[in-house]
Amino acid sequence: MWFVKNMITRKNLMALTGLFLAFFLIIHLLGNLQLLLPDEVAREQYNWYSHLLAGNIVIEIIAIVLYACILLHLADAIYLTIRGRKVSGNYRLDKRARASTWYSRNMMFLGAVIFAFLVIHFKDFWYQYKFGTLPLDEKGHKDLYTLVVTAFGQLWYVIVYIIAIIALGYHMLHGVFSAHRTLGLYHPVYNRIVRTAGVVFSVAMTFGYAVIPIVIYIKQPL
Amino acid sequence: MDIVLKIWRQKDQDSTGKLETYTLEEVNPDMSFLEMLDTLNHNLVKQGERAIEFDHDCREGICGQCGMMIDGIAHGPLKHTTTCQLHMRSFCDGQTIQIEPFRAEAFPVIRDLKVDRSAFDRIIASGGYVSVDTGQAPEANSIPIAHHDAEAAFDAAVCIGCGACVASCKNASASLFTAAKISQMTRLPQGREEAGTRVTRMVRQMESEDFGHCTNTEACEVECPQAISVLHIARMNYEYNRAGIFFNKA
Amino acid sequence: MSRILEVRIPDGPLPEKWSNYKAKARLVSPNNRKKLDVIVVGTGLAGASAAASLAEMGYNVKSFCFQDSPRRAHSVAAQGGVNASKNYRNDGDNVFRFFYDTIKGGDFRSREANVYRLAECSASLIDQAVAQGVPFAREYGGYLRNRSFGGVQVSRTFYARGQTGQQLLLGAYQALMRQVSAKKVTLYARHEMLDLVVIDGRARGIIARNLDTGQTERHAAHAVVLATGGFGKIYYLSTLAMGCNASAIWRAHKKGAFMANPSWTQIHPTCLPQSGAYQSKLTLMSESLRNDGRIWVPLQHDDTRAPGAIPEEERDYYLERKYPSFGNLAPRDIASRAAKEQIDAGKGVGPLKNAVYLDFSKAIGEYGKSTITERYGNLFTMYKKITGIDAYREPMKISPAAHFSMGGLWVDYDLMTSVPGLFAIGEANFSDHGANRLGANSLLQACVDGYFVLPYTLQNYLADEIRTPRFDPDSTPFIEVERAVKAQLQQFTDCRGSKTADEFHRELGRELYDKCGLLRSGEGLRNAIRNIRELREAFRHDLLVPGHTDEVNSELEKAGRVADYMEIAELMCIDALHREESCGAHFREEYQTAEGEARRDDERFCYSAAWQWTGNPSEPVLHKEPLVFETITPTVRSYK
Repeated sequence: MWFVKNMITRKNLMALTGLFLAFFLIIHLLGNLQLLLPDEVAREQYNWYSHLLAGNIVIEIIAIVLYACILLHLADAIYLTIRGRKVSGNYRLDKRARASTWYSRNMMFLGAVIFAFLVIHFKDFWYQYKFGTLPLDEKGHKDLYTLVVTAFGQLWYVIVYIIAIIALGYHMLHGVFSAHRTLGLYHPVYNRIVRTAGVVFSVAMTFGYAVIPIVIYIKQPL
Repeated sequence: MDIVLKIWRQKDQDSTGKLETYTLEEVNPDMSFLEMLDTLNHNLVKQGERAIEFDHDCREGICGQCGMMIDGIAHGPLKHTTTCQLHMRSFCDGQTIQIEPFRAEAFPVIRDLKVDRSAFDRIIASGGYVSVDTGQAPEANSIPIAHHDAEAAFDAAVCIGCGACVASCKNASASLFTAAKISQMTRLPQGREEAGTRVTRMVRQMESEDFGHCTNTEACEVECPQAISVLHIARMNYEYNRAGIFFNKA
Repeated sequence: MSRILEVRIPDGPLPEKWSNYKAKARLVSPNNRKKLDVIVVGTGLAGASAAASLAEMGYNVKSFCFQDSPRRAHSVAAQGGVNASKNYRNDGDNVFRFFYDTIKGGDFRSREANVYRLAECSASLIDQAVAQGVPFAREYGGYLRNRSFGGVQVSRTFYARGQTGQQLLLGAYQALMRQVSAKKVTLYARHEMLDLVVIDGRARGIIARNLDTGQTERHAAHAVVLATGGFGKIYYLSTLAMGCNASAIWRAHKKGAFMANPSWTQIHPTCLPQSGAYQSKLTLMSESLRNDGRIWVPLQHDDTRAPGAIPEEERDYYLERKYPSFGNLAPRDIASRAAKEQIDAGKGVGPLKNAVYLDFSKAIGEYGKSTITERYGNLFTMYKKITGIDAYREPMKISPAAHFSMGGLWVDYDLMTSVPGLFAIGEANFSDHGANRLGANSLLQACVDGYFVLPYTLQNYLADEIRTPRFDPDSTPFIEVERAVKAQLQQFTDCRGSKTADEFHRELGRELYDKCGLLRSGEGLRNAIRNIRELREAFRHDLLVPGHTDEVNSELEKAGRVADYMEIAELMCIDALHREESCGAHFREEYQTAEGEARRDDERFCYSAAWQWTGNPSEPVLHKEPLVFETITPTVRSYK
């Protein structure tokens, strides 16, 4: 019972859910990159892809796991952060920050930004797609493409989106290697590899996700 | 050089403390930081005031008893240095230096800059040893240990138990302290036998002492006087998970 | 032999004495052991190893230390290594040679049987430490590595980088904490022993002060073990930790335990020189540095050139010149005295002209910087931290500083003092090192006493105690002693004079270092005795301790320690004055050869001087324990 309750196990849970979410980002990005195809192809392709995902039982299960991961990751983070705050010292003059990166110390804050974004993201796209009334395209699929392009036509929306993506990038910059450490990767060589891979991954994801709204915003007819 | 000191004064564990300001003149740059405090204490005592209580003993960086937050950094601005090995040449004339005790829920203040670090002793007592009685030992060379294994174990064994890792951690985690001992013992064949029991017990004790969790910010390694690697924490996690998965527990 | 000093050396030839002892020593059956309590004061190598070993055997142990954790005891600071005659190097080492080296190093002023036992048990210590997980240096094949140390011609020193003491101490500390968790040891950290309770002539407990609350506490037991280390801190500037003190042994002395050879203090040759009046301690640089470092001074007086600017032919490698066969590895007393000679002759270097050079340029040239880094890296780093100087580029500056007390409580072969039931182990006793301790023997002695000797000899004593019921710490004898302790504490805080304990301590230390340090003379010592008495009188009336006795009060702690130093200092001078010969670290200017070497007088002084307290610090009574050499013949100790 102890094993389940204690902090290393909780950190393991953070690590595993975090890594799963990071992995999901790859799939999600691959899907989204279809938005960058020429307009008409993109519309058809993207709507077909969305339709494919929406109707698949396997995807449904993965989606449930995904939602669970998000909630567990969040709940655990809140628990650990509160406990950490409670037991740590409160200095009148505090320069402890010099010894670590700002994003590694502010994972909860970055996570909160990402979560706030997720709420908007779900409300605008996922909710609309699932429960909203969307027009159909020529193939009879729901026209998510238009919804996305319209959303990214607004500058403020693009800015919010990019801020969130940058927060996500920093979150993963620390999160990916930290998760491996938590899970027990102790060899210095593999640590260097994972750390480098983590940086490459985070930068690639940030760039990939950021480039989509920018391109769409620039491409839109004035 | 002349300096201004803002020092935490607290009468006992239950009192609320506050920062007091003192000035000290003609400080020699070759003085150690603790000798500077000695000088201040000398002046205070001469005026019939209570000396500032602080922990110290060997004054050569190995006993681990000294330790304070100097300008918001454990053991002061020099990296990988204990408070006793910090010298006034690291500060400038006219500088204001703020000194506070190491703070954490697990390290209650006893008086002024003295804190109670007995939680560390209890962590070691929970499993930080090889269970061998006096007289049981086999011939020393009957257990060859590869040079690099002995060296790696040593890198973890150098911990002086000062608590700077806890003081520097945003979560007051004692992971580096605990992991260093676990890693040292696990690396050696003598300690391998009880690795699962040890890690489970020590982690349990660490948590019950109100230390926080590790978020791999790596601040502890940076401020550790002995520069003990954070990878030992990963090793502890590995051993802990392994013990849990194989039900090899206390 | 005096009837008062019963040494009780077992029968048989030297190599069989310890086996004979163990064969005949009385035992306590396991179910009786839990009825017996033992107090161990001090948690250094000797104290922690003894407490752990006794607890493993089944006794109830109370372990005391004044530090905030047992792991901080000053054994932790020993750098160089620990000797053991394993003969792993096939260089002709054996128990007898180790025994002989130690006796000779001690200038034939130690007890044969004890030293032989030390040599005999040395090998087991390495086994024990390795089993505990102490990471000693290893060869690439995985076997243990050795190096050589001052005063010997074989490589028998085991080491763990420059932190051997730390690693051995942590091993013992962990063994101790294991017994704490098994509830066989009760740990009293931040407790300082302030007096010994003797009932019907036997040691039955101690009075300790809880340094966190200021409250005094009474603790009873069937036997008391003092493992409180040395008192070199009496010189104020020393290599010891700030808290090291003589209070426990001195207060035991005042309750009847004899002090033996108190003036024999080792002055360590390789310490960092004093840089100013504020200095609180002199950091030791491991003697192992002398394996590869060469010691020299400029040939010219008052040479102010940078060391690099002094050409080879204008340097005096005085140790290599004077002691060609041992060179830079000459024993500590000789190396220290030689350094002092050079400094006194005006050839000292550094701003205060109080140091000599320790030069690594030749070794770096021969083996490369990386080898030197692997061997001494942490010492070079430490040197840089303290002085701001990079010793890879220019030589270190070193000077002698007080380091180790060869003297201490007189003990018999069982390590029991002249008070039955009171044992002294490690540096706190006087037994094994004679007039000078060889490098890397101190860790060994502490461990051997704690792990391998005391568990037998204490049990031998306790065999008589199984019918003695537990003593009530609330009984009159305890309460009376506690009252006296409290009265003394109160007197310190009530004094309200004008000088701090540290000021008195510095003054005393200077006096002692000048007149009862490296060089002693009859006139100087008589002078010192007068001055110490005056200082003690001043201390009584003019001490300033702010605050109260019932709270954390470090000034009060210091006052108690200095009060004891004031009395020991006089005994040291009396001891040094009475011994009209030079031996080991005790060098009387009047007694030297034409070449300036120590001249021993085996006719008159082949004994250990055990001093009895009479109530007046100026009038101790001398008892002589003659040193009988059955196996070896004392020779002139020559390292030339």
